[in-house]
Amino acid sequence: MPIALYRVDERLIHGQVTVGWGMRLRPTRYVVVDDALAGAEWEQDLYHLGAPPGVELTFLGTHDALDALAGWQGSPDVTILLTRDLEHMLQLSRGGALDGAEVNLGGLHHTPGRRSVLPYLFLSDSDFARIRELIQAGAEVTAQDLPGSPRTPASRILEG
Amino acid sequence: MSDTNRGAARGIVLTHGSMCFGMVDAVLKITGAPEDSIVALSNEGKGPDALFREVSELAGREPTIIFTDLFTGSCAFAARLVCRDPGSRRVVFGANLAMLLDFVFHRDLPLDDLVARLLEKGRDSIRALEPAPVPAADADRTLPG
Repeated sequence: MPIALYRVDERLIHGQVTVGWGMRLRPTRYVVVDDALAGAEWEQDLYHLGAPPGVELTFLGTHDALDALAGWQGSPDVTILLTRDLEHMLQLSRGGALDGAEVNLGGLHHTPGRRSVLPYLFLSDSDFARIRELIQAGAEVTAQDLPGSPRTPASRILEG
Repeated sequence: MSDTNRGAARGIVLTHGSMCFGMVDAVLKITGAPEDSIVALSNEGKGPDALFREVSELAGREPTIIFTDLFTGSCAFAARLVCRDPGSRRVVFGANLAMLLDFVFHRDLPLDDLVARLLEKGRDSIRALEPAPVPAADADRTLPG
């Protein structure tokens, strides 16, 4: 089965992902792609505490994730792939690796320089540019915090 | 109550959504404890960095116990980060009203003793009604209303 969900969410492993999406998609593997976290064992331990029992949780840097991506996409295991920012997802799209994939924006919160798009989605000018680049790389970008919530298309997101 | 004691611990109830506000409101209404003895903080609309900062600022340097709703999730994650070097801070996961009520009356205990006490109080308050046979004499009685 292909990767069931590509999600950008600052909180990574948390209730909306493990309960909201997890109960719907029944993943056997969560993959977090983040160059800083890939080398931070203590922080990884914290995220492991939040992972459902019996589910694999892997942390990889972008380079290693690009090498492994085709394997996950062709694996019978159900995978949810998470990044905590748009930049890491954009790096994964290089070379067409996310061509045809849907990228879910699930949680980017307010910080200085970001403006409100949806209650759970605040974007900076750089974020808007990254979304356009993801679309150019063949990804369909949508925003949806939970499976039962409205799915907002990129055209609306980009209106800002 | 220990509200005037300098070393008394402060409680931060850190939860998803508005649960924390309801819990703190109930504690204050039931006990009449000082408003600054226990405060509510929601994760609503906050990213991990913002939540970490808010919890850190609220905790300050005074003895503090952070109560979270769950053992995992963004609230528990922030609490763990804030208490990475625990010092005068402790975390209790899975807070309930019984332990919060006990907390406001025992804030001047040493933190580790207080945490042990709160865990016991909290666990002891979780019970199920044990089904019991209705005495024959009451079998025909109806509920009022």
